[in-house]
Amino acid sequence: MSPLHIKKGSNKHSAYNLRPNFSDTTERHTLAVLVDNEPGVLARVIGLFSGRGYNIESLTVAEVDHTGHTSRITIVTTGTPQVIEQIKAQLGRIVPVHAVHDLTVEGPAVERELALLKVEGEGDKRVEALRLADIFRANVVDSTLNSFVFEITGAPDKIDAFAELMRPLGLIEIARTGVAALPRGL
Amino acid sequence: MTRQMTGAKMVVQALKDQGVDVVFGYPGGAVLPIYDEVFQQNDIQHILVRHEQGAVHAAEGYARSSGKPGVVLVTSGPGATNAVTGLTDALMDSIPIIVLTGQVPTFMIGTDAFQEADTVGITRPCTKHNWLVNDTKDLSNVLHQAFHVATSGRPGPVLVDIPKDVQFASAEYTPPQKARTSHYQPQVKGDMQSITDLVAAMETAKRPVFYTGGGVINSGPAASQLLRELVEATGIPITSTLMGLGAYPANGEHWLGMLGMHGLYEANMAMHGCDLMINIGARFDDRITGRLDAFSPDSIKAHIDIDPSSINKVIKTDIPIVGDIAHVLEDLLQVWKSRGRKVNREGIQKWSAKIAEWKKVDCLRFEQKGAVIKPQHALARLEALTKDHDRYICTEVGQHQMWAAQYLGFNDPNRWMTSGGLGTMGYGFPASIGVQMAHPDALVINVAGEASWLMNMQEMGTAMQYKLPVKQFILNNERLGMVRQWQQLLHGERYSSSWSESLPDFVKLAEAFGAKGIICKDPADLDDAIMEMINHDGPVIFDCLVEKHENCFPMIPSGEPHNKMLLGDASTKGAIGSTGAVLV
Repeated sequence: MSPLHIKKGSNKHSAYNLRPNFSDTTERHTLAVLVDNEPGVLARVIGLFSGRGYNIESLTVAEVDHTGHTSRITIVTTGTPQVIEQIKAQLGRIVPVHAVHDLTVEGPAVERELALLKVEGEGDKRVEALRLADIFRANVVDSTLNSFVFEITGAPDKIDAFAELMRPLGLIEIARTGVAALPRGL
Repeated sequence: MTRQMTGAKMVVQALKDQGVDVVFGYPGGAVLPIYDEVFQQNDIQHILVRHEQGAVHAAEGYARSSGKPGVVLVTSGPGATNAVTGLTDALMDSIPIIVLTGQVPTFMIGTDAFQEADTVGITRPCTKHNWLVNDTKDLSNVLHQAFHVATSGRPGPVLVDIPKDVQFASAEYTPPQKARTSHYQPQVKGDMQSITDLVAAMETAKRPVFYTGGGVINSGPAASQLLRELVEATGIPITSTLMGLGAYPANGEHWLGMLGMHGLYEANMAMHGCDLMINIGARFDDRITGRLDAFSPDSIKAHIDIDPSSINKVIKTDIPIVGDIAHVLEDLLQVWKSRGRKVNREGIQKWSAKIAEWKKVDCLRFEQKGAVIKPQHALARLEALTKDHDRYICTEVGQHQMWAAQYLGFNDPNRWMTSGGLGTMGYGFPASIGVQMAHPDALVINVAGEASWLMNMQEMGTAMQYKLPVKQFILNNERLGMVRQWQQLLHGERYSSSWSESLPDFVKLAEAFGAKGIICKDPADLDDAIMEMINHDGPVIFDCLVEKHENCFPMIPSGEPHNKMLLGDASTKGAIGSTGAVLV
């Protein structure tokens, strides 16, 4: 019997040889998806990403028009330019999706995220945490003798930076909302 | 005037208002109220299948052959889960079908009730859209929307899940004219600038080729008509995918035959060597393209498709046009004519001469000698003896499917029903039942392999019950032929589980259902046997014993581009000569 000698990644032995020769540099895009707020619509969007192997970095959703029952889903995703185009086209195919906006290419956009951070500490660390919170314009929304909960709003990298600083000062828990975004100007 | 009625009655009323005359289905606890209403009327005929998968494939056959959406009615739980294969098949091949499923009452959803399944959850990835109707007052609106979504844009399957209490409760019926119009309105007109760009490319191209697909068929008869006009007027050669056969006639002057993994040599060579590829309603499927980085290296690629997600999915397109094929072709022809009907005559003449050389290779030639019927011969004879009939062909999936595509000629759209994208064994027989329902007087033949055919053989009961004279033309090689072929070429001739053992006696099987069975193993008897099949007024199982180890050629080995085709067993032996080449 002849052995098969198949190298990993080889497509010679397979009935499937799809290796698109598109660029493989990845980009990060923020998409705003306007949908009918009907049961299952979020599952359709998420199922599309998992079913086709796309990435989700963050996702937020809420009804934004209570009379028209439309929701806005903001998705931050990464992929090659070709995959990003596919994601937009595939989202556009979902029947309850009204519009897909790529805020990354449609001009400058404001991106904001809210985070709650619980920091445990006493003495100097506690003072330092408060001082840094002031610099980052984070608010104290809960306080005990040995802990704070800070509320911070900003672009995701600002929250990342704040969280990094809080880590050695006793950060024990963090909750983030994911990105909400709107284009700048009219 | 308000029209109060029960949800169950609404279903029947909505189907009538949508012009439905036949429903394929299987009853069960959660759809009994609807079946009760179906019983009390005569406008819609219900065809009782023997398995829900059969119902969906029958509806697909009905839809593909008639251009009208197919309708399925099944119960909750297992009824719905058995429909999943058919739904996925219809999604992959863009077939408009509406599947209505019963569901446990709303107040029992989520309690693991008897025959409860999360039908909309299970079918979300395999439908174009689906709905769970929680209130009878929404039901008629949703049903009309379901027809709209299934049939507009790129067609596809939809599912409406109707809990039993919603079927019993009453509400006002909304007729289709008053139904809430969906915001879902896909773009049908193509961008005029892109169309003009394509015309300009067509005017100068030296080696242009049309590469057409199922989208032309789905767009309707007008699209096929316009395509023919365009091809005849320009003289540009045309090839088609498996799904698009019949849009341009197989006896047409510019026809190259099917392309792809088992496509014709001249078609694939033309795709490889062209300088302008005009994709009309096809999707660069992996069975078509072969190796992507060597796919048609020197061509400008134009792509007309109603689905924007099909464009630039795997192949970069230079001229993308989003729109309905018929609309775009109409504009394209008009622009081309208004610019003076120009083509590069000299270039196309040389190109046609090159193609004529490729045709001389005669890649489909075979020799029928000896006492055993070659499958190619069986199909060549079937073609010769049935081509003048009002004929519809279905297939199962495998070698016989490729041979049918190669050796049968399709001169009109909607005459060829095959499972392309999903490759569903067991598709063809129930599909032939759906086709015969849509065309009661036509000759409907399902070209099958014995293994595929057994997957839905229970539908013999359906064919007999409704006196549907479908002809089951089984090329019996006692093998899972395509699997065996791949194992021979790629897996060192280790034939793992690829033969059919303990096969039934197909003649006795036919007789057990009260149908006619014919067995044929001698090439000398073949013509008479086929004529006997055609002339029998009723379902026939035709057991055609064929050469067991015949391989399907031409073949593009995987990982190779179009110009590296294997043409027959001799070239295969060369290709797998060294150890490394076992991989082909």
